[in-house]
Amino acid sequence: MNESLTNGAEGREFIAFRVGQQEFCVNIMAVREIRGWTAATALPQAPRYICGVINLRGAVLPIVDFAVRLGLPGSAPTARHVIIVTQIHNQQVGLLVDAVSDILTLNENAIQPTPDVASDLVKAFVRGLLPVDGRMISLISLDHILPLEERQAA
Amino acid sequence: MDPMAAIRETFFQECEEQLCELESGLMRMEGGETDQETVNAVFRAVHSIKGGAGAFGLEDLVRFAHVFETALDRVRSGKLEASANAMRLLLRASDALADQVRCARDGATPDEAQTTSLAAALKALTNGDATEQSDPAEDDGLGDLTFLPLPVPVEDETLQTGGWVIKFRPFADLYANANEAALLLREVSMLGPVRVTVDRSALPDFAELDPEGAYLAWTIALHAECDEQAIRSAFEFVEDDCELVISRASDQSDRLNLPQPDAEVAGGGTAETIPTPDPVTAANVTANSGMPSDADVLAMIRKAQQSVSSSDREQPGAIAGGAQNPSPPAVRSRQDAAPGTDGAPSKNDTGSAVGATIRVDLDRVDRLIDLVGELVINEAMLTQRVMEAGLARASGVAAALDELEHLTREIQDSVMAIRAQPVRSVFQRMPRLVREVAAMTGKQVRLLTDGEGTEVDKTVIERIADPLTHMIRNAIDHGLESTDARLAAGKPEEGVVRLTALHRSGRIVIEVADDGAGINRERVKAKAIEKGLVAPEAQLSDEETDNLIFLPGFSTASEVSDISGRGVGMDVVRRSVQSLGGRISIASRPGAGSTFTLSLPLTLAVLDGMVVSVAGHTLIVPLSAIIETLQPQAANVHTLGTDVRVVAMRGRYIPLVDVGMALGYSEVPLEADKSVALLVEGEGGIRAVLIVDAIQGQRQVVIKSLEANYRAVPGIAAATVMGDGRVALILDVDAIVSVTRTELIRGDALRAEPTLLQAS
Repeated sequence: MNESLTNGAEGREFIAFRVGQQEFCVNIMAVREIRGWTAATALPQAPRYICGVINLRGAVLPIVDFAVRLGLPGSAPTARHVIIVTQIHNQQVGLLVDAVSDILTLNENAIQPTPDVASDLVKAFVRGLLPVDGRMISLISLDHILPLEERQAA
Repeated sequence: MDPMAAIRETFFQECEEQLCELESGLMRMEGGETDQETVNAVFRAVHSIKGGAGAFGLEDLVRFAHVFETALDRVRSGKLEASANAMRLLLRASDALADQVRCARDGATPDEAQTTSLAAALKALTNGDATEQSDPAEDDGLGDLTFLPLPVPVEDETLQTGGWVIKFRPFADLYANANEAALLLREVSMLGPVRVTVDRSALPDFAELDPEGAYLAWTIALHAECDEQAIRSAFEFVEDDCELVISRASDQSDRLNLPQPDAEVAGGGTAETIPTPDPVTAANVTANSGMPSDADVLAMIRKAQQSVSSSDREQPGAIAGGAQNPSPPAVRSRQDAAPGTDGAPSKNDTGSAVGATIRVDLDRVDRLIDLVGELVINEAMLTQRVMEAGLARASGVAAALDELEHLTREIQDSVMAIRAQPVRSVFQRMPRLVREVAAMTGKQVRLLTDGEGTEVDKTVIERIADPLTHMIRNAIDHGLESTDARLAAGKPEEGVVRLTALHRSGRIVIEVADDGAGINRERVKAKAIEKGLVAPEAQLSDEETDNLIFLPGFSTASEVSDISGRGVGMDVVRRSVQSLGGRISIASRPGAGSTFTLSLPLTLAVLDGMVVSVAGHTLIVPLSAIIETLQPQAANVHTLGTDVRVVAMRGRYIPLVDVGMALGYSEVPLEADKSVALLVEGEGGIRAVLIVDAIQGQRQVVIKSLEANYRAVPGIAAATVMGDGRVALILDVDAIVSVTRTELIRGDALRAEPTLLQAS
């Protein structure tokens, strides 16, 4: 916990996770559960960052390899990987990450705007930066994690 | 939803049931079954609708239903013969009533002119021989009276002349309609001092007592200077359900002193003769002595209920009504000013029909089905884990797991059965359609249905209504010849359309057959050529020609009529059937008629599939699409151009699809002779041979949506969860097949063979 950063009653909680060497966080309200890696069923003609779908208690849950989604080098998932099940609008999506690192309670004010950088991916996903104990944690917006609905010929 | 809206909804739901009952009853009557049972059922249906409509203040509906009811009552009492003409009118009236109910439900305005003219026609029918109704009273002879006397305590005064004598004999219907004699007596007593005498002579032996019957009659000596109308108004609501004779006391003051409550009273008119009863003197009933105790009454009711539960009685509501007769307080409390027709909550005309069913919100059932689906998956996973853990098959755990599997399958079947409904609900809409279309085309049509009890998932039922409607319209409009042509062909004037449902190998098969002229192949082909659907020089077999009617934009009617032939036609039917995972086929014989056969899955929640492996992935191919599996020989596989392969099968070349490559699972084409091939048929009867690595087996899978959390995936119809807990994808055969065709679509469609299902 980082009480020092909570300078208002309006503290919000975030789940921080690690992908490669970087740390990210998402609003805890968007997280439904965290579970271990299970083998996913590959989907045909899916973008590279879609690992496939798994069975989440009877529902079919697509898994997004978060590293690949951000354009980072992906790695073969192992039992040590973690799936963060998130709720994005009315869909549930699993994010494949290396590990969950922390639960942060932060005030909105602590979020620093994303610097104006050229990377489209950064612009699309990073909503702000959080300095925590000398680490930099990127606050992720989940809205564009899944590919847009588009139908292509088989 | 506010409670009133909920009640209203229930009312309209019940109306639909009553309307079905009404129509099927009328159809039976039309078919010659004019037994009392059927007539009563029809009458009750209209009566219930009228009653409910009254409660909701639907004046128009009540008015029409009343006229209708009156006409039916004539039929019921045998005053009106159920002639063909009368039946036709009654059927039309039932259609109109259905329209009115729906209008009332949707807040629309009904067709006034139609209603008015029908009402007038019904009235004319009714008045054709108008005589006062007299239902046969349900006396079944006089036996030893073992029933307790039914005292009606009255605060008696000396009766003077100048009053009225009222003879009141309720029929069983009075109680069935939730009225109560005691309350009526109280009503009368409010007009002035009364002396009530009960006539219990009609009471049969207890063993023969019909608990819903009406055996009691009352003679009321009313000492009051009121006019007859005032007395009549007390009986206003039950006039039709009782025998009521009102006369001046002065006419028969002698009778008052010696009450003789039979019906032979001046002015009795058509009142039937009632077996002369033992006189029951007023003295008998004035005292509180001899009043049955509550316990006695309860015991009587219980006995009565037992006796009725074993027999299939029509008016269960009357149990309560009848039981109320011996309860004295209602009569005793004169000061109670409430009018006498409310209160009895026993009205339940449909009781016998719905007694064993409940209404359940569909969402709850669906939730249950989802959960059971998960239970099945979990059970399979558990079994697999236990086996992986190295427990021997013979161990107690394995036996228990077998048991568990058995149970879960049974639960799944039972839950699926909840959603299953007989196709009756769809079939019942068809007679009306047939009548309307027949009237519009001026043809005489008889609809025969069979297998209405065949059950299928509710969703399937909902979604076959439209295609079926269309097919029946087509059968009448295009299939059947005009009356003249039929006579010329030596056929009976009346055309027959036969609608049949049956279960066949895990699917429901619905056939629409007509005995018309059959498909005019010359005309069909000419039309197809004219529309550019087929090349003029094409050589087509009869079946190929017949199947042309399924092509988009094809319509054989030379004129676009109201009924069919809006340019949509059979291709729409075919598409909606296919979207349900079904198939449609046609068999036609010139001069003898055509038969359309629909074959549909019993449920949309599960699917029979073939489990196959493709490049290390597990896929499910819907069994409904697979025509056969085969082992292709390298010699039969030919390459066409650069990368198109075709398989020679029985003299035909069928395009070959490498599923692994089509889905992007593999880069290297599978060698045909090292694979297993599935001959499949996609939309529009297009065939292809799919090659896969291996077939793992067949199984029933629970369909899970991919769109719910992801999006539609080309080539994949849906997903399912396998026994090991992993997701497997269900192949979209139509999409995969379409991979093979580019410009050849039309040609392929023409070569489509009729499906393997044939009318039996």
